[in-house]
Amino acid sequence: MRVGLLVTCLVDVMRPEIGFSAIKLLEAAGCEVVVPSAQTCCGQPAYSGGNKAAARELAEKLIHDFEGLDYIVVPSGSCGGTIRTHYDDILAGHPTLLERYARIKPRVYELTDFLVNVVGLDKLPTPASGSFRGTATYHDSCSGLRELGVQLQPRELLAMREGVELKEMDQARACCGFGGTFAVKYGDISTAIVDDKCANIHASGADAVVLGDLGCMLNIEGRLRRLGDHKTRVLHVAQVLSGDT
Amino acid sequence: MQVQSMHFKARAGQKLADQRLQRTMKKFSTKFVGARVTAIAELDDFEGTRDAAIERRMRAIENLDVWLDILEQEATRRGATVLYAETAEQASKLVVEIAKKHEVKKVIKSKSMVSEEMQLNRALEAAGVTPIETDLGEYILQINDNEPPSHIIAPVIHKDKEEIADLFAKVHNKPRLTDIPEMTREAREVLRPHFLSADMGVTGGNFIIAESGSVAVVTNEGNEGMCTIVPPKVHVVVTGIEKVLPTLADLATVIRLLPRSATGQSISNYFSLLTGPRARDEKDGPEHMYFVLVDAGRTGLIGSEFQDMLRCIRCGACMNHCPVYQKIGGHSYGWVYPGPMGSVLSPSYVGIEKTLDLPQASTLCGECHVACPVKIPLPDLLRKLREKQFERGLRPGVEYLSFAVWKFVARRPALYRLATRITARVLKLMGGRQRLIRTMPLASGWTDHRDMPAPSGKTFKEMYNERKSA
Repeated sequence: MRVGLLVTCLVDVMRPEIGFSAIKLLEAAGCEVVVPSAQTCCGQPAYSGGNKAAARELAEKLIHDFEGLDYIVVPSGSCGGTIRTHYDDILAGHPTLLERYARIKPRVYELTDFLVNVVGLDKLPTPASGSFRGTATYHDSCSGLRELGVQLQPRELLAMREGVELKEMDQARACCGFGGTFAVKYGDISTAIVDDKCANIHASGADAVVLGDLGCMLNIEGRLRRLGDHKTRVLHVAQVLSGDT
Repeated sequence: MQVQSMHFKARAGQKLADQRLQRTMKKFSTKFVGARVTAIAELDDFEGTRDAAIERRMRAIENLDVWLDILEQEATRRGATVLYAETAEQASKLVVEIAKKHEVKKVIKSKSMVSEEMQLNRALEAAGVTPIETDLGEYILQINDNEPPSHIIAPVIHKDKEEIADLFAKVHNKPRLTDIPEMTREAREVLRPHFLSADMGVTGGNFIIAESGSVAVVTNEGNEGMCTIVPPKVHVVVTGIEKVLPTLADLATVIRLLPRSATGQSISNYFSLLTGPRARDEKDGPEHMYFVLVDAGRTGLIGSEFQDMLRCIRCGACMNHCPVYQKIGGHSYGWVYPGPMGSVLSPSYVGIEKTLDLPQASTLCGECHVACPVKIPLPDLLRKLREKQFERGLRPGVEYLSFAVWKFVARRPALYRLATRITARVLKLMGGRQRLIRTMPLASGWTDHRDMPAPSGKTFKEMYNERKSA
């Protein structure tokens, strides 16, 4: 089974280690992982910013880069959600592209969804020594949860991780206030929203907040650190599952 | 209501800084949301009811002219008069004319957001008619110098009890009360003589029913009954033309969703189905009944990509569940309808240029779509409005420039790899020893309140290629 990994822009630049954790998990599940080297961005920022023409050009590029593979797996709910739930709209009026897209659409998965529902991963890789052990609380990222139905999958997988105990926070499914450029354009509103998230994380008493989207990750970590919390770890679910961190 | 949406950012900033409002909004944010969860669990088939409601609402919207004709016929047959207004101003004029015709001095009003669109109270006052709001929340706002509502079903949700206690003591000129039942009694004592002396009652309409020519009105205080049945000789319904439902059976379906989605009640305290003026053998009801059916931008949505918005049943679930609304409250949005539904409606009704922030000020988290009883794809509609802004050149120049540069780079893999390598290194340097970036050019919105966790300096693709060749 040849699985194409869509690394995503933010993992590529901000947190490359997450990409390697994803590869390790996919390989543990018996997949042959392919990383198309020409890949760039799925077009989400343009689509959310109202620039549909640019989003379409990048959607076309992504289809070109990934078609032919058995699956496309993404360690991000919002990129996965863009491809899986919005490309029909982005490509509307372009029948040839829509036809090509229709062939890849059912094979696009968010990482944890893929591991649970497609390959049925039943054993996690052996954790590296010194990797995270302790209590973790899971933040449901909006697009993963509401566009792709990612909710139980990461929790099921985390339950398999020895030495990591899941402690649910209040309002786990509430938005963290990131929202792409919203976080910059309306920084004060965004901050007020992420403050609630940080308070819920703290109230859970967990050692780490674990999540599946880079935007939320940078937002939550950025606010926790500014608030002077240098202790609570902010980890991508792939890092915890792979035992790399 | 005058459009103030262009001041969104400044207003939102003030609301965020208002500690008292923040405490009030915090309480509100869990109240309706929690109650809704319990209330929808009572329905055997919530999803099926939603789908049926969508089907019934769309059946009405897709043949709006036909159902309005039937409504008009049936209402007229029962002695009511049906009038149409193309604009909100015309609607106000019609109501003023009705008041003049019947020599009305005082109007008692039950809650109506359409009357806010119409600025009806102002028009009535200008014509020498005194309007009295009788919904408790609306009454509180009216005596507070005609403050606008901040929520479509809970207009005074932005005020705490103490604030209202101060207001009552000042306006009623009585000792300050803080016990809610006592405060309500005091308001009732003020309102009761108005009910008995008014000549005309104005209500909104949650739905208007074509087959029987009726209006359905939902309240929790029973004031709609006082405004329509008890004393006044004239009852005027003001509502939007899109509120029509073909049959009473359709109403039965939709009304199962409305209070549950709105306040989390299984059923509202009061529900009135009003059909025609008082008949000869009837003991109560008004002598005259009018429908003023308002377009004010609604027909412009028919057949457009925003048509789904017309099936809205005005429950307020989208704003109750919106993380942005929960922080900034309804007044920041600057027109009649706040929250996600308002951010879609306001640009359509008052102009996209005056409401540039509204579609942008959303995280597109999708919770409004989940909570909407008639599944209006609000995030998609907000995104479509962003597209319109972009296409019409209404975004700041820097957005066009950054998209152009970003697209140019993202379409060229080799250039993209170079650009991301440079970015990763620059960000690493900016992060310093702590690996936290404290300030970033063009992104003060982020770094004013948050650090940006810095990267390790190499991109994934670089590292991947290094590992592969190793």
